[in-house]
Amino acid sequence: MAVPKRKMSRANTRSRRAQWKATPTALATCPNCGAAKQGHMACPNCGTYKDRHYSAAERTEHQS
Amino acid sequence: MPTPTKGPRLGGGPAHERLILANLAQALFEHDRITTTEAKAKRLRPLAERLVTFAKRGDLHARRRVMTVIRDKGVVHRLFTEIAPDMADRQGGYTRITKIAPRKGDNAPMAVIELVREPVNAKPKRAVVAEAEGATKRAAKEDAAAAEAAPADAPELEPLAEGKYGADSAAPVDGGLSPDPEKFTVKGNEDSMKYHVPGSRWYDSTVAEVWFTTPEAAQAAGFEPAGGEKAQEVAEDGDDEA
Repeated sequence: MAVPKRKMSRANTRSRRAQWKATPTALATCPNCGAAKQGHMACPNCGTYKDRHYSAAERTEHQS
Repeated sequence: MPTPTKGPRLGGGPAHERLILANLAQALFEHDRITTTEAKAKRLRPLAERLVTFAKRGDLHARRRVMTVIRDKGVVHRLFTEIAPDMADRQGGYTRITKIAPRKGDNAPMAVIELVREPVNAKPKRAVVAEAEGATKRAAKEDAAAAEAAPADAPELEPLAEGKYGADSAAPVDGGLSPDPEKFTVKGNEDSMKYHVPGSRWYDSTVAEVWFTTPEAAQAAGFEPAGGEKAQEVAEDGDDEA
């Protein structure tokens, strides 16, 4: 079985991992309540999408 | 005909997928609106729409074809007698999928899938567009009228330069400031044709091309509430948010 010849240094490991970056989520403004929401998705604050209300979309106590 | 499904089935295999989709379809026709994951909603849509097509045909053969998927006679009865008549004028597109925020536990993208049972002709958007176009035309006319009227009473103009949208509007002074902060409080943006009341979200960042006394005056001049009607009600608590 092929195995690495040398132990990978901490510097190399950390340099590689330094490239793992999270990207911010693009947010839009809810036209109904003005809260931030993701595009093409019902507003988690007021539960509306294209003037229709979805109670299932509203954020509840259990979700943060 | 629905496009054949590519890739792996839902659940543990083809039979399991058939069961999942049949149960979802049954729940959908029973409750009109169900919440499920986005992937399941997307798989359910072609099946559900096909069943609605059968229901619109309405004969015994169609009913038996539907019964092979949905085993509950009560739900099939509801589909044929209550849902199908609502869909009579609709040529496909019987369901609507709306994405909602991801699920808490596993962050799965969720969606609401519902039957579109409102009449086909109800097009609220069209009405809004027509109204907006009408308002734009009215504003253009008022513009022209104001332009004609302006030269006539230009000599005896009061110190406040009257805005071009009538007596309730005023041109800004010193590059955007209100000519009379007590009286003219509503900002109008001519580029977007929207107005902003004090304390609303974009009020501070807006450079006013025209000032109004009241939101009603702004609306009469063809300006729309920025961010919708609710965002531009004269709100005192708006300051807290900003």
